[in-house]
Amino acid sequence: MSSSTATPTYVPKTRVGKVTDYVDSRVGGSGIVKEFGRKIFPDHWTFMFGEVALYTFVILLISGTFLTFFYDPSMAETHYEGSYLPLRGVEMSVAYASSLDISFDVRGGLFMRQIHHWAALLFVASVAVHMLRVFFTGAFRRPREFNWVVGCILLILSLAAGFTGYSLPDDLLSGNGLRIIDGVMKAIPVVGTYLSFFLFGGEFPGTMIIGRLYVLHILLIPAVILLLIGIHLFMVVLHKHSQFPGPGRTNTNVVGYPVGPVYAAKAGGFFFIVFGVLAAIAAAFTINPIWNYGPYDPSPVSAGTQPDWYIGWVDGALRLMPGTIGNFDFEFMIPFPWGVNALSLNVLIPALVPAMIVFTLMFAWPWIEAWVTKDKREHHLLNRPRNAPTRTAIGVAGVTFYCVLWAAASSDLIATHFLVSLNDVTYWLRFLVFFGPVLAFMVARRIALALQRKDREIALHGRETGRIVRLPHGEFIEVHEQVDDYKRYQLVAFESPEVMVPTPGADGKVSLLDKAHGRISRFFFEDRVAPVTPKELAASHGDHHDEVAGAKDRESIASH
Amino acid sequence: MKALSQRRRHPLAAFALLLMALLVTGGLYAAASTANEAQAQTTTFTADDVEEGSKLFSANCASCHGMGATGSQAAPSLVGVGAASVDFQVGTGRMPMQMDGPQAQAKPVQFTDEQIGQLSAYVASLGAGPAIPSEEILDASEGDASRGGELFRVNCAMCHNAAAAGGALTQGKFAPSIDGTSEKHIYEAMVTGPQNMPVFNDANIAPEDKQDIIAFLKTIEEQGSPGGADLGSLGPVSEGLFIWVAGLGVIIAFTVWLTSRSS
Repeated sequence: MSSSTATPTYVPKTRVGKVTDYVDSRVGGSGIVKEFGRKIFPDHWTFMFGEVALYTFVILLISGTFLTFFYDPSMAETHYEGSYLPLRGVEMSVAYASSLDISFDVRGGLFMRQIHHWAALLFVASVAVHMLRVFFTGAFRRPREFNWVVGCILLILSLAAGFTGYSLPDDLLSGNGLRIIDGVMKAIPVVGTYLSFFLFGGEFPGTMIIGRLYVLHILLIPAVILLLIGIHLFMVVLHKHSQFPGPGRTNTNVVGYPVGPVYAAKAGGFFFIVFGVLAAIAAAFTINPIWNYGPYDPSPVSAGTQPDWYIGWVDGALRLMPGTIGNFDFEFMIPFPWGVNALSLNVLIPALVPAMIVFTLMFAWPWIEAWVTKDKREHHLLNRPRNAPTRTAIGVAGVTFYCVLWAAASSDLIATHFLVSLNDVTYWLRFLVFFGPVLAFMVARRIALALQRKDREIALHGRETGRIVRLPHGEFIEVHEQVDDYKRYQLVAFESPEVMVPTPGADGKVSLLDKAHGRISRFFFEDRVAPVTPKELAASHGDHHDEVAGAKDRESIASH
Repeated sequence: MKALSQRRRHPLAAFALLLMALLVTGGLYAAASTANEAQAQTTTFTADDVEEGSKLFSANCASCHGMGATGSQAAPSLVGVGAASVDFQVGTGRMPMQMDGPQAQAKPVQFTDEQIGQLSAYVASLGAGPAIPSEEILDASEGDASRGGELFRVNCAMCHNAAAAGGALTQGKFAPSIDGTSEKHIYEAMVTGPQNMPVFNDANIAPEDKQDIIAFLKTIEEQGSPGGADLGSLGPVSEGLFIWVAGLGVIIAFTVWLTSRSS
């Protein structure tokens, strides 16, 4: 309750005042506004991807509602009689015909279809980038572990929302996508065929699947996403926003702008920017031209059949998996009491294993890292990615693994556009899917450590200006310019955990778990660049107060 | 007859009978079916054309295809490939071939229409083969585009892509984009199966069906992209690339702008 409404003697004078007071004295909105309006959010461009995800979701809800007015999720057969000539008279499902009608015969329908689809691509992309930001800055650490998990579930739900939506037009492209899902499901031993028959209401493609996916797409999945977004944002408010380290920024405060009024205006404006960018893209660039693909028919598969980008990596894994290696065909016939069941590992491994690895590591990461560092403290100050070299390197390795599989989904287009053999592309990507992440890990860690050393160098000796000065006695030196205190603080204020050596417990023995922990701790923190200590800083300051190189520089120059 | 009945248990009798049966059925099929019938020449070639074509062939093609087009280690015999084949290969610039590779690639045409006609006449004179199609069958306005679309999706789109934008084959081979290809060359490609393309003879796809396919291709070529820039008609890969690079790129530029301070 604000003080104005709490005071019984308050009498509003203007008409707006009267209306506001009437509402506020009944719902108490001013208290919420006062509390929430004073919420501080730190400013950094990387903090805005979550907002992009939220806004694209709103755009998806709005454009999706428009589409439901005209879309008919029926798989009944019909002959197209709409205005797109090259499909006139073709036999197709009502779902496909209504999607074509939205595209060609509903005013503004094609624009709405395109903005919905582009927004879906941007939605998943912004969720992914937002999660990468959270990972690389260490924002998942205590107390935000649960919010990280909620975010992971939101990612999976956004993939599900995308995939169910992709299938709705019932065109050839989406039908081929469903066929792959059907194939993967049937590869699951024993229950696979039952699952497939349950989902499709009989043998693929059946007459049920579009209606079922439609209900999932417009009802269940968005409702759960909305609920989890609510929980996600509630926890953001509860935990307060994390911030990058800087002078005056501590673990117990948040330095930034209050929500009201500037930040709220900025955020509201940003919604319209995202909307505008998507509208411009939807107006000028075609997406999912369903009229090209034709109605679904189980026999043809056209070249360039790919899923939308976020499912691409699973498609890529399926493409990379060899059907057989020599005479080994990855297929086992397992005798059960009721008969022989096939175990098709050449489908199950690529379809499920990469996703399982990535998602398991993703969900468990906050606890894995907490176990490695044995750090139970709350963290509201973020890491610069370079200041956590091993985590950053593991993240880069994961991104590389993902990107190799992602590239594999477009192996045919890589072949035609770079004039190379499709077979060679596949062989190289098979090699890279195993060795790429290892290589990326080593390179990323080296780069992170090198950047830390550079930071150290700059904190101690200042920035190289490139100005060479000749001293009176003939010596040449390069002038170093000291960075200001604000900048230096950012370079020196970080924690650098050290290797934890396993210590014997009460029984005087080192347990196996402790030994393993010691090894992993060494792996994580053996190569470390210690932050500059105040002592080192003080020592170097003496040299540098004049703008000319100090004793160390003189030494190094003299030695050359 | 006695000689025949005496040899009926000869070890080779069964083979002889099988051979005879095959010859009879094959011969009957060939006689009954029009599939393998060489089409009547729709363009008439004169003896002069053949003569000039022979000279052009010796000067430009014989180094690989051999004198008399009988083939060599480097290139196949052209006896019986027909005028349509020459008209396609030379008329799209694929022949003379620029370089060895997985398949001959299109390039600027090296001969005039008259010379291409003479070369076609010469090769057609060596043995019967698919002829250059007539003007009537190439008239796209006579075809049924939606029927052609169905035929295209069933027979062609698996290599050439649903929007005829082309696609990859194995070992560096590829199905090219059909955008901008003339009606005549589309038809000739179907009947002769150039490079790695299978032959779609008149038994696979009747001439009227080919006309429908051409009508479909010309319709989608002329109508352009109803939804704006088509990003190469390559499907979700180019769409994903676009949203990551252009879409997210613009959004990031805005986020940097929104969080920058006027310091």
